[in-house]
Amino acid sequence: MLGNLLVSTLMSASVYAMLAVGFSLTFGVARIINLAHTAFYMVASYIIFTATMKMGLPLYVGVVAAVSLVVLLAMVTYKVLVDPMREHETTVLILTIGVALVLQELMFLWFGGYFRSVPTAVEGFTTLLGVRVSYQYVLTICVLIVTLALVWLLLMKTRLGLAIRATAQDREIANVMGMSDSRTATITVGIAAALAAIAGAIVAPLFIIEPRIWLSPLTVVLAISVLGGLGSLKGSILGAVIIALSENLVVFLVPQGAFFKGAFSLLIMIVVLLIRPEGLYGVAFEEER
Amino acid sequence: MRRYLAYLWREFRGEILVLPGRTILFSATAILLILPLLYPHPYLLRILALTFIFAIFAASWDLLSGFVGQLNLGHAIFFGVAAYASAILNLRLGLPIIITIPVGAVAAVVAGLVVGIPCLRLKGQYLSLATLAFPVILMGLVFMFTEFTGGELGVSGLTRLAPTRLHEYYISAFVGVLSILAIWKITDSKLGLVLHAIREDEVAARASGINTSQYKLIAFCLSGLFAGIAGGLYAHFMRIAGPQSLSMLTSFQAIIWTIFGGIATIYGAVVGVFVLFPMLEVLRVAPEIRLLLYAAIIVLVLRFMPEGLAPWVVDRLERECPRCKEHNAFTRRECRVCGTPLRVPLQKTPVSGEHMSGGEGLSASQEGG
Repeated sequence: MLGNLLVSTLMSASVYAMLAVGFSLTFGVARIINLAHTAFYMVASYIIFTATMKMGLPLYVGVVAAVSLVVLLAMVTYKVLVDPMREHETTVLILTIGVALVLQELMFLWFGGYFRSVPTAVEGFTTLLGVRVSYQYVLTICVLIVTLALVWLLLMKTRLGLAIRATAQDREIANVMGMSDSRTATITVGIAAALAAIAGAIVAPLFIIEPRIWLSPLTVVLAISVLGGLGSLKGSILGAVIIALSENLVVFLVPQGAFFKGAFSLLIMIVVLLIRPEGLYGVAFEEER
Repeated sequence: MRRYLAYLWREFRGEILVLPGRTILFSATAILLILPLLYPHPYLLRILALTFIFAIFAASWDLLSGFVGQLNLGHAIFFGVAAYASAILNLRLGLPIIITIPVGAVAAVVAGLVVGIPCLRLKGQYLSLATLAFPVILMGLVFMFTEFTGGELGVSGLTRLAPTRLHEYYISAFVGVLSILAIWKITDSKLGLVLHAIREDEVAARASGINTSQYKLIAFCLSGLFAGIAGGLYAHFMRIAGPQSLSMLTSFQAIIWTIFGGIATIYGAVVGVFVLFPMLEVLRVAPEIRLLLYAAIIVLVLRFMPEGLAPWVVDRLERECPRCKEHNAFTRRECRVCGTPLRVPLQKTPVSGEHMSGGEGLSASQEGG
């Protein structure tokens, strides 16, 4: 029981963390609420489905293709649609919803509304704490931890990371110091999309693929990044753990809790916001703007 | 009597015919009110009645999010609360429509307080994302108490809005026109000025002696009231109140319509609904790519008209007098009020508009720093 709870919490926490870190990065640097973020995750799953099931390529080719195509898609979308509109905050919001809807409908058009699935990367399972844990779970968690560590290193140890952090802190000053904010933002959107694509690639064998799978993680990702503080990576990871734990607790403890898990995690988000209006690690962005 | 008519005509010519934007709006309203009498096709009436109902909904979102700047991503909560309240009162207690819709609207006002009070502490993006949570939470409750709310299927079998389609259409149209006019008047009044001030600079508004918390709550309640009217009408028109009315897409619809039409204008929200909602029906000719075309059109239009459709059209048809700021038809050579020549190149071009907003950002950062 406890082991079960622990494993499934770890599992969903790492997926949520991947998505929320990307979302939070986009918000911190490009200052846009990208409601199409989880749509990229959905597109990545479909690319892997096409590569493995339709074209019969090995899984790792599919993953590489998914990540590079989704990054390209995100950067082009940002450059063409969002970047020229940055002054109009609400318009950008609608543009991202529009992009998400376009992607959803394209997937409906090409693949239909059927439930699809992808073969797992590794077979078999092991027993941990008295719980059957399949190797796919272990692989998922490892990949996610490694990816998050790489992102952390990129942000903290490289010049690009320095530029990203500087732009997140103050876009105008960073621009004055010679970092093109538009280029930094485009690269950041690319990194965020790569994170979403990896999350999609890793999760694809575990869940069903369907054009509407972007909607329900979207609320959760929004809740996590607000809970942890918009634009904060530490906050996103902590938020992901809190939300994943609360969701799994509700599902395990309350009868028919699965209906209520989304609502419960959002309730927690509101309670946290009432105590700390800028989230756990939030910076008050309004002041510096 | 003749004198009075002459006075009315003079007012009509001086206030409405003088500006192309108002002329278009007036003739569109007149056509919408007369056309159904000449051509009462049930399908057309159904679409137009729903358009009016959603126009109230979009305008109420514009009142809260456009005018007060409290970007609400969960507007469906007002719609859903009112729909469920009207439906349950109508079915369980057998109350007539004349009671259920107002009570539903009052329930939405209460929902406005419930959402508004915690949101007083939140600002900007945090507020938008927190408001997104409320309808989802309520949806969870709906699925928990299925014997009361009907769960997935919702509460169905309500009394019809009126015995015939034509009556239903006219009820929705009149309530719609009245509510939209009321919202427009509110934004034009002193209250509207205060709300506008809160959007532009909340700290400055508070420094000028405005109780911003109180006014923000008033805005939440007013917006809830009108969205609630729309929700009640919708429930009785469709004869069902289901969880669909609380979904994220319902909230996003209001946002899409309003921003497409032009945010913070009220008329823009209405124009957005009247363009996009019937368009979605017309697109039924190509069912597979219907939503795709819809989303693509929205994205493309917004890419080239970032302020929205209605302000873009008005900018083309009307010019602002550089001296007295009155609007003039684009055909006039001089201002109709003060006689200033209009053809001098002092016009607001898109380039100078960008400079202006950039300047605002800079001054705000200086204040903050």
